[in-house]
Amino acid sequence: MTLLAPWAEVVVALLLVASGGVVLLAALGLLRLPDFFLRMHAPALASTLAAWIVTLASIVHFSSRGGGLSLHTWLIIIVLSITAPVTTIVLARAALFRRRQAGDALPPPLGSGQRNR
Amino acid sequence: MSALLSVAITVTLVLYALAMGIGLLRVMRGPSAQDRVLAVDFLYVVGMLAMLVLAIRYDSEMYFEGALLMVLFGFVGSVALAKFLLRGEVIE
Repeated sequence: MTLLAPWAEVVVALLLVASGGVVLLAALGLLRLPDFFLRMHAPALASTLAAWIVTLASIVHFSSRGGGLSLHTWLIIIVLSITAPVTTIVLARAALFRRRQAGDALPPPLGSGQRNR
Repeated sequence: MSALLSVAITVTLVLYALAMGIGLLRVMRGPSAQDRVLAVDFLYVVGMLAMLVLAIRYDSEMYFEGALLMVLFGFVGSVALAKFLLRGEVIE
């Protein structure tokens, strides 16, 4: 096992703990927000910001071992940034369709007080 | 692997496990089916992140392929489930 440079270890440790905090925040949002369309916003935090932070940490870690710049983790970010919006759009359309089938007036009419909730 | 990095990886994995537990609570509780699909998609993403952290922990690049496959399978699964909610069948 090769030894890392001390500054790289500090950077990797800080980035990893930060990503853990962001993912926990996303999970709390998924648990606490009151409506489905509000809850859809929370997991995006995990699939964008946390994924970027972890990717940066792994690039720093695998690049500071002396084998040159190691960028192949970007592939995960690229695939994730293509697939996450598609999933969100399809799921939002399905939820809208089902809520309208169930009799909800969605989106709520303007001036009905929903905006100031 | 220094003590600092080891502690940081343990803390990160514990936070991920906590987040996955909360997501599992949403899967079990979720009032509608789309809530459950959303929570399962979230669980896929957190599992993928945990795999990337394990790649750093065991200093092995083999985990990247697994993480990439998890992204792709999570995408296919979530889109198939959303399509099922929309139409009642996956392939028409």
